[in-house]
Amino acid sequence: MRPQKSYLVFRRRGTFFFLAIIPTLIASLIFSMGMGAVEISPAQVISILAAKVGWQPWADFSEQQEAVLFAIRFPRVVLGMVVGAGLAVSGAAMQGLFRNPLADPGLLGISSGASLFVACTIVLNINIFGLYTLPLAAFLGSILAISVIYALAQQDRKTNVATMLLAGIAINALCGSGTGLFTFLSTDEQLRTITFWQMGSLGGASWSAVLSASPWILLCVVLMPLLANALNALLLGENNARHLGVPVEVVKWMIVVLIGLGVGAGVSVAGMIGFVGLVVPHVVRMFVGPNHRIVLPASALLGSLLLALADLLARTVVIPMELPLGIVTSMLGGPFFLYLLLQSKRRGRL
Amino acid sequence: MSSLLTVKNLNFEIQGRQLLQDIEFSLASGELLVVIGRNGAGKSTLLKHLTAEQKSASAQITLFGQELRSHRVKDLARQRAVLAQNTPLNFDYKVLEVVMLGRIPHQKYQKETAEDFKISCECLATVGLTGYENRDYLTLSGGEQQRVHLARVLAQLTTLSPQPRLLFLDEPTSSLDISHQHQVLDVVRDLTRQNMGVFAILHDLNLAAQYADRILVLSEGRVLALGKPFEVLTSDILREAFHHEVLVTKHPHHDFPLVISTHANRTLESRKS
Repeated sequence: MRPQKSYLVFRRRGTFFFLAIIPTLIASLIFSMGMGAVEISPAQVISILAAKVGWQPWADFSEQQEAVLFAIRFPRVVLGMVVGAGLAVSGAAMQGLFRNPLADPGLLGISSGASLFVACTIVLNINIFGLYTLPLAAFLGSILAISVIYALAQQDRKTNVATMLLAGIAINALCGSGTGLFTFLSTDEQLRTITFWQMGSLGGASWSAVLSASPWILLCVVLMPLLANALNALLLGENNARHLGVPVEVVKWMIVVLIGLGVGAGVSVAGMIGFVGLVVPHVVRMFVGPNHRIVLPASALLGSLLLALADLLARTVVIPMELPLGIVTSMLGGPFFLYLLLQSKRRGRL
Repeated sequence: MSSLLTVKNLNFEIQGRQLLQDIEFSLASGELLVVIGRNGAGKSTLLKHLTAEQKSASAQITLFGQELRSHRVKDLARQRAVLAQNTPLNFDYKVLEVVMLGRIPHQKYQKETAEDFKISCECLATVGLTGYENRDYLTLSGGEQQRVHLARVLAQLTTLSPQPRLLFLDEPTSSLDISHQHQVLDVVRDLTRQNMGVFAILHDLNLAAQYADRILVLSEGRVLALGKPFEVLTSDILREAFHHEVLVTKHPHHDFPLVISTHANRTLESRKS
């Protein structure tokens, strides 16, 4: 095959990726809504949804099933997907911004920044913006963390990777101790809320949680792809990106704010969920290459899928108990991260 | 021929060290201006000022008749490209994708057109890398990667409408073998024939002698000499610029100067005995 043609075939892999993942996503959405203490078959799930929009249902279902589906399962699955998309897109953007495939919102202390602010908000009983207080606090925390890391990692207009990781560790430690302090000061009830939070869970999912977090996360997921070309150019370094017509300073801050939105809002409703932002963009790049025009939307879809499935595992493995979601994703992501480290070591790129 | 680039009063000082002093020159369209000088003479610093990566208060730098910093970043990117000495890229792009990055300033709504694809393939062919389209960039050798980036800046400056264009090259031949050094500079000469102005930093004096229209000799941040190869490449000027003894003669077959080092090293002495 001629090289030009094989390149075009390569470019088509993005399309295949989307064609494969969208049906999988929809199927797993229906499937995971049916799983749990109250069994609902996929046909019933579809029927209940169809009845809701006024179509003729073709399978019988009970009122209890309908209530469970709408009050518990549906918001939970939706929330999981939105949060997963936000984390994956943020991770992909962050790896592009730092020009380092190993960057991850959790690794760099962004989620612990959010966590600190949320703990602070819970313990000090701050409630200014009602439903939006926690997402806003988490957002502020994550923005602050990522700004500090970015500022520290910049050296002669280049991002210093070692400094970045060290800054991340420092931020993680600082925020961790701050959160610890607030935990110490908290009442029993507050302590419970904070602890739950840190382990990551979609257990608190409700339509109000969906409403409070999704707008911010969707902003990140929808707007970030508009910066795809800028992110592509940034992979050549900031100066080269500027020579390619990218207003680097503005774009950098837009990316940082969007990451803050995506991670902060996600963390605020689901707590600390590690490794999604790291693993998902990697898997996507293995299939479609590093072009952000494809990587960003593909990461959003795969992130949704992964988190929906991880949450399914978390809530069905030990019924009626629930595993914390963060533990499930870390158990899946940890080994994968090690694998990545070994890979880069072998290629001498670390 | 009009001036694409004029520089006046360029002074730059950092930590009390004068890196650039009273730099003044201009670059016409269709001209290849080569800058030479020893390490630390200020070549890269000069380039950084011309590409707005560094700033000096007194300097008056105009590009296309307009103050450098008043250009919009995006508009400028369609007319002016910069090839840095090293490009950090550690993501596994396909070669053609790297070249396509050069088309970013020409794209509306981030949309890659068939035109972009065609231009990128042609530019890859120009630097002699046909057949490399679908190779993984990270598996290429340093010299091949350098040529991929040259193809990228060529793609960036390929326009359908005629307009003044400028290319800045920082040691474009540094990691190339002798045949590719000449191939790359032939490409650059072709560009000047299409009226592009090219500003290049070169280390190889004989390449400068063969290809440059004019040579600017930079020494300790000052313009030591500026003129045609035969005027500038003299043993006196080169001795002052490089602190090194050279012999300058005419090339036996062609009409340009040939610079030969007269430094006798220890190996030579030991070989005699």
